[in-house]
Amino acid sequence: MWAVIRNRLLMLIVVIFGVSCITFLMSNVIPGDPARMIVGVKATEETYQRVREQMGLNDPLYEQYLNYMQGLLTGDLGTSLRTQQPVIEDLITYFPATLELVLYAFLIAIILGVFIGVLTAVKNNSMWDHIGRIFSISGVSLPVFWSGLMAIILFYGVLGWLPASERLDLFIDAPPTITGLYTIDSLLAGDMEAFSNSVLHLIMPVSILAFVHLSAITRQIRASMLDVLQQDYIKTARANGISSSFLIIRYALRNALMPAVTVVGLSIGSLLGGAVVTETIFNWPGMGKYVVDSIGSLDFPAIMGFTILIAIGYVLINLLVDLLYMVLDPQIRE
Amino acid sequence: MQTPQTSPASHPAVVPERVPGTVQIFWSRFRKNPLTMVGGVIFILFVLIALLAPVLTGNDPNQVRMDLALQKPSAEHWFGTDEVGRDLFARVIYGTRLSLGMGISIIIVAGLVGTILGAVAGYLGGKIGQIIMRIMDVILAFPTLILAMALSAAMGPSLMNAILAIVIVKIPAFVRLARSETLVVKEKLFVKAAQTFGLSDTWIIVRHIIPNVITPVIIQMTLDLGDAILMVATLGFLGLGVQPPTPEWGAIISTGWRYFLDQWWYPTFPGIAIFLVTISFNIIGDGLRDMLDPRSAR
Repeated sequence: MWAVIRNRLLMLIVVIFGVSCITFLMSNVIPGDPARMIVGVKATEETYQRVREQMGLNDPLYEQYLNYMQGLLTGDLGTSLRTQQPVIEDLITYFPATLELVLYAFLIAIILGVFIGVLTAVKNNSMWDHIGRIFSISGVSLPVFWSGLMAIILFYGVLGWLPASERLDLFIDAPPTITGLYTIDSLLAGDMEAFSNSVLHLIMPVSILAFVHLSAITRQIRASMLDVLQQDYIKTARANGISSSFLIIRYALRNALMPAVTVVGLSIGSLLGGAVVTETIFNWPGMGKYVVDSIGSLDFPAIMGFTILIAIGYVLINLLVDLLYMVLDPQIRE
Repeated sequence: MQTPQTSPASHPAVVPERVPGTVQIFWSRFRKNPLTMVGGVIFILFVLIALLAPVLTGNDPNQVRMDLALQKPSAEHWFGTDEVGRDLFARVIYGTRLSLGMGISIIIVAGLVGTILGAVAGYLGGKIGQIIMRIMDVILAFPTLILAMALSAAMGPSLMNAILAIVIVKIPAFVRLARSETLVVKEKLFVKAAQTFGLSDTWIIVRHIIPNVITPVIIQMTLDLGDAILMVATLGFLGLGVQPPTPEWGAIISTGWRYFLDQWWYPTFPGIAIFLVTISFNIIGDGLRDMLDPRSAR
């Protein structure tokens, strides 16, 4: 087991090195001329050259890369051209909003996904199975930016049940920051008004985001449940008269969850991508909205800072998932 | 399977029954799955829409008529009009060409490049194989949509750059698939024979490896097409893909977003188009996977 972990950590270093190369190339080589973008087309040649010098663009490429890496290791992702703040500080400010959105979407998707997956597998080829199947294919086929808009038209525009943007209503103060998650902070502060308001604001974006993720999980759980239910030990247990629900939960689901763990880890990538779009639609003040605004104003340090941070986070999550897998599956541990 | 037991030895005159070919088995399984048929029909419908766009609508998708701005759906303009009076039905219809065209070309290029890289990595192995696979690992380290966003932002928003960005994020899956298939094919006798003849690596990869690994790659391509089209639309929505005034579904929704509370039809119809095309591919892909997976033939 330790050899596997060591290998994975080595791989992690290679991957993070590669990731930094890619973002470096994207921010420093492809987009033409960042200095020109700062000074504008009308600037004099002198100003332009001075800015190039300041930005280190006249240094050889390897030196620029070393500087970039040095910054990266100390957590310096450059300064945002749009907000004039260090990118890392901006991202830390916007992180809790994204975390709150993604975390709840993830939890709902897992719980419902396992439930629907088991249901459709047990009732294989029944009407429930077909409905579940159409449901899960719909989830991966819906453009998030569109289903979000449709939800807003219905629940905000027509019915007026739910708020359509931001994390709280204008006249409600944010609870004192402890975790940065408004739902938890407001509970800790005993502020029930802020709590219920933040829940209302979460319902739509979280459901839209969870739906996409839910489909991926449902499909995986259904497939692996179908596999497991065919196994001899399930037949034996059945023949021994073990009750159906006990059998499904204790014998089948436990084993069916194994392959699902990896898929869940990988599909967090699509959850993060979906969060960017969801935040844009719901005007949710998180990292995703921050990066889309940055794209609008060609703010490359911000775009690349976000990208590399997400990539590193994603790699770490998958490493954790692999380790979890080893803990769960004694066959791999040995 | 209940087949009558006839011994060929005792009935030498019996003409052996024709064994159904792969295509026939495939077709018969395809027909048994009603949902997959529905997916196929929707897909064919959209191909027809793309091909017959000028026949289906007499309106020019780029014709500006300020006097007709933001009109409700009517007999004249089925999907209403946008903020400069362009006919949204025409824009959605012509958008079909773009979305299908971009999606299909992305998948073909990514599939081809991925197969070649995967075959090379699998057949040659060694340092070259290692380098190719590590590069793929690095690309896979990014969430796909976020990498595609960053790439097309870095290259500058345009149709070609959006295509290129999505191709890049789609390649690794094909490389991994082609490589693992190559590792199996490589050990087959006909490849060993070709090696003994002293044929060049290029020849063996092109003539012997690739034709034998292409089938699973093509299936994977069908599975990925829906996702590619969704990605094209998402980049378009974020302003990173096709630039206005080109009628692209995601881009139409992106402008329609500003009007959606009063002019609900504006973003609604292009979204339905994206959804239908994507779901048709996903249904077909799902059905294909079921048909080809021996475990699902229960």
